[in-house]
Order: sequence, then structure tokens, then C-alpha cells
Amino acid sequence: MANVNLSKINKVFGSTHIIKDLDLEVGDGEFVVFVGPSGCGKSTLLRLIAGLESITDGDMHFADDLVNDLPPRERGVGMVFQSYALYPHMTVYENMAFGLKLAKTDKQSIEQRVMETARILQLEELLQRKPKELSGGQRQRVAMGRAMAREPRILLFDEPLSNLDASLRVQMRNEIARLHHRLGSTMIYVTHDQVEAMTLADKIVVLRDGRIEQVGSPQTLYQQPATKFVAGFIGSPTMNFMPAELLGGDGNGCRVSTPGLGELALPQDASGKSPGAELSLGVRPEHLRLAEAEGENAFEIVNVEYLGNEVYVYLEPKAGDTLLIHRSEAPSRWHLGQRVALVPDIEQVHLFDATDKALAVNGAKAAA
Amino acid sequence: MNRYQQIKLAKQIGKWALIAVIMVYAIFPFYYAVITSLKPSSELFQVDFWLSSVDFGNYAQIFSQDSFIQAIGNSILVAISVVFIALLLGVTASYALGRVRFRGRTTVMLVVLGVSMFPQVAVLSGLFEVIRTLNLYNSPGGLILSYTIFTLPFTVWVLTTFMRQLPMELEEAAIMDGATPWVTITKVFLPLMWPAMATTGLLAFIAAWNEFLFALTFTLTDSQRTVPVAIALISGGSQHELPWGPIMAASVTVTVPLVILVMIFQRRIVSGLTAGAVKG
Repeated sequence: MANVNLSKINKVFGSTHIIKDLDLEVGDGEFVVFVGPSGCGKSTLLRLIAGLESITDGDMHFADDLVNDLPPRERGVGMVFQSYALYPHMTVYENMAFGLKLAKTDKQSIEQRVMETARILQLEELLQRKPKELSGGQRQRVAMGRAMAREPRILLFDEPLSNLDASLRVQMRNEIARLHHRLGSTMIYVTHDQVEAMTLADKIVVLRDGRIEQVGSPQTLYQQPATKFVAGFIGSPTMNFMPAELLGGDGNGCRVSTPGLGELALPQDASGKSPGAELSLGVRPEHLRLAEAEGENAFEIVNVEYLGNEVYVYLEPKAGDTLLIHRSEAPSRWHLGQRVALVPDIEQVHLFDATDKALAVNGAKAAA
Repeated sequence: MNRYQQIKLAKQIGKWALIAVIMVYAIFPFYYAVITSLKPSSELFQVDFWLSSVDFGNYAQIFSQDSFIQAIGNSILVAISVVFIALLLGVTASYALGRVRFRGRTTVMLVVLGVSMFPQVAVLSGLFEVIRTLNLYNSPGGLILSYTIFTLPFTVWVLTTFMRQLPMELEEAAIMDGATPWVTITKVFLPLMWPAMATTGLLAFIAAWNEFLFALTFTLTDSQRTVPVAIALISGGSQHELPWGPIMAASVTVTVPLVILVMIFQRRIVSGLTAGAVKG
């Protein structure tokens, strides 16, 4: 177990700059998830930590050791691969014992550790089987067991659930979460699935184009996204964005005008912005309320999706072509073709400036 | 019988007829060699398609010659050495060519392919000088060296292709487990490469076993000859007689091991050992 400290990490492949000046601190025993769209560098970053790729520039510390130039086996990391990559000709036992054997561990402690790992992962029954005789979930557990058997300081997961079907994925997600509670070891997990990120992480790192967009707990990322990208990436269905114009404001709040919503008084700090500035207003589907249309501020309902426990209502936007989404509990009285007014929950509205940075909310709400 | 069934039947008949033609074409020469080898020399030139009586005289005759038995021994030594050396070098080279990124990798692969296209005759005189300089003339070493030269490009090429198909993550998993490249090759890749090694090893064995030109050129005495040369040099009682019976008996004798080897390894060749390595 150890904390991980990355400072000014850079990775260049040929002419492509994949990771750019990245700083990150992962605490001891923390479960950190890297998420981002494909090509954002999250897998590369994991491979840099694993030692499968060498960093071009910067410093990487595990606990107090500088590990920049250490090969993977000397870093004390274990890794679970997306395709499991089990050794197909070895039994489950041999798969888990392989790393220990190479580390010249004596036979008795190999057996002890493999049995202990197998017990934690409930693999005792399967020890003499070959990987091809196992189901997807069992292979996944063996892959974790192999990574854990050497008792690494840090466990790395590279999209470990993406080869499983949906129901098994939920089950394995739970097992990984429980495993983390039980072992308490530092885990770093890469995924493109924000549900996995939200459910597993102590701390989520959102990456974009080789840079960290925001680091924070799932709650922070959901409630206080620092940028429009994070706001749109976290949450499903995605946040609604509408253009807004700043009418005026100061450190305690501001007033904006949005087509279709009219004038809104918001708690965001607008000092430093001049009236007339182009902003973007973001509001999550569950923070919108629908009301009978009055006057000209009306939206047309173009689709209604019934999901059993909740209903998504899709509305024609005033600008752009991404439909606006309203989410509410089922049943819903709204139907296709109706014209309705939108009432956002003022406390839950986000504002982003022209550079996509979120405008801070003044003290009272930020603390709450 | 309706039209559809008739067409189906005709297709079936056509298919089996074609298979029969191919079978006869491929097997008949060997079959006729077997029959000829089992005839006494008095009946040699009667055309028979079935054996009326079995006569092992030809076999007795060739096995009574020490030089023939020695030739078989030489062939086994040479062929097995060639297979062993070619696989050892082939596997290590294919790891480098298939897995290690380095400048000029494609060039090396193309050179390897290019070398395998030279006709044997083109290098014969040059190779002869090399072998004489190395003091390998008229010894199995000379044959092992020259056969390996011609077997290696093919071995490397096939094994490299196979090595590239093994999932990258498997090697990375081994690296994470602390394996050096040598351990990765021997403990992880080799067990998975058996099908490819069986195929290439078998083909290398057959090539070395059947080779004639080098064997004729680089050996001088009966005691150093390999089987194909020994068979060609079997002579009859007079200048005008070709002893077909013993020649056929010898040919059948040296073909049977190959047939057995192919039968043993064919299951290895088709079995997909990688099943279960990656998802699915």
C-alpha cells in the first residue's frame, strides 16, 4: 500500500503529445478512477504508472520512492487487463502463482498466498481449472487474483469490466467495491463508463486531451462541475445546455436572459464579467420542472420515454439541435406535441463562461 | 425425385468424383512404389494393380547393406539437428521481429523473405567454398549448416506471423508478473506456439530429410551420405540394370517415418491452444 504522486508528467509518442504536464496525488488506500472519452490518455496514464510505458518527462513517486526508471516488477504494482490476459496453458493456481514463482518465493508461502487470494475471491473450487473452462466473471476474478497474489502496493485496473455483459458487470462492480473495502489497498481504475466511475471511486479524475479537467469526489463532480466538459460528461442523461446572456450582476449573484426561459436571477458570482457576455446555462434533467405554457416562453414536447420508474421528456430546443431532456418520476401527465414552460431549479443551475469554465457560486451555497 | 433433388445428387456425385481423382493423383505413385517394392525382381515389369504374393526380398537386400543403415542414421541426425537449431533460432528471432520495436524491422523481414527465394543452385558453389573453409566437407555438420540456411527464413517468417497474433496483453501480463523476455518466451509463448512449432518443425524435417542436391555435393563417402543420395546411388549388377525393386523398397522405408510424423502432429497443428486466452 502506498500513495502515488505524479508531478509534471509528460508522455510523447513520436509526434503526438499524449500526456501534458499532469500533476496528480493519489492517497494511500484511495480508489481513484480515470475517466474520459477515448483518446484522452487515460489508458496511457495507467500504463505509465504500471511501468509498461516510460514517461518522457516528469517525476513519479510511490510512497517515497522515485519509480521513473523502475521496471514494473520492482514498482510493486499489479494490473488487471481488459482482456484478462490469463495464461491459457496454466491452471488458475499456476496463473496466480506465476509471479510469485518468478520472484523466487518459497513454495510454502506461494501456496499460502495463492490460497489466501483464492479465498478472498472465492476461487478455491476453480484452482485446478484452465482459463478456457471458466466463465467471463470467473476469468475476471482470476485476473484480479493474479494481480493481487504478489501483494502489490498499488492495484491497477484497465477497463476490466468492458468485456462482460451488463448484468455481470453490475455484479463485478459490486465485488470490486467490496474488495477495496476489505483490502484497503490503493487502486487506480480506468474506464470510459461514468456509471463505474461514479459508483466505485473515492476520487474521479476526468481527463481530456492529456490534461486533467477536474479531480474530485463523485458528488463534487456531479454537483459542482468545474467545466462544461465535466458537466456534460458526468451524469446520464446528460446536462441540458442553453445559451444565455449576462444582464448584470456582482459578487453575490447575477441575472441572465435565456431564450425560452426568460430572465433568471442566479446565485453565481459574475464579478469581472461585463453585461452582455455570452454564457452557457447548464441544468440537469432532474432539475427542470415542466409547467403549463403561458405566453411565448414555451417548448414543444417531441418525445416521451417511459422507463418504468421514471419518464424522460424530450423538448425542442430554442437554439442548436440537441434536444432538451426533462426527467421526472413516473407516471407523467405530459404527452407528445404538448407545449410547456420550463422552470429550472435556480439553486441547481450552472453557468459557464466563453472558455467553458464554471462560474463560482457565492459562499453560502458552495458551503452547503 | 424432383429437379432440386436431382441437382443435389449430381452435385454430390461430382464432389466425390473430384475427391476420388485427387486421391488417385496424390496416392497412386506411392501405392505403386509400395507394390513394386514387394515384388520379386522377376515380376518387376508386369503391370499389376494388386499384389498376388508378398516378397520381402528387396527389403532384406537393402537392410543387409551397412551403408544404407548408416545413411538412415545420418539422415535422422541431420534432420533432427536442423529442426532443433531452426526452431531455437526461429523462436528467438520471431520474438525480436514480432514483439520488439526497432528500426529496420521490416527490412530484416524482407531480407529474410528474399533469402528464401534464392535457388539452391545459385549458392551451391559459394556454399561449397564456405563449407570447405569451415572444414565441414563430407560431414553431417556441412549439411546441417546448409539446410539450416534454407530452412530458417521460412521458420522465422511463419513463427513471426504467429507470434504477432498472440495478444499483446499476454506479454504485458508476464512483464507485470516480473518475467524477463527469456522467461516470457519459454514459459508463456512457447506453450502457446506448439501448433506453429509443430508445423514449421515438421516442414523443416521433411525438407532436410528429402534434400538431394546439397547432400550429393557436400558428401563424398558412403559413410557420410544421407538417404536420398544413398537411394540414387544404389546400383544394379551391371551398368545396364537399374535395380527398381531395392530402390522402391528403400523409398518406401524412408517415406514411412514422414507419414507417421505427419499423422502424429496433424492434431497438434489444428488444435487451437489459445482458446481461453482472451475474452469469449
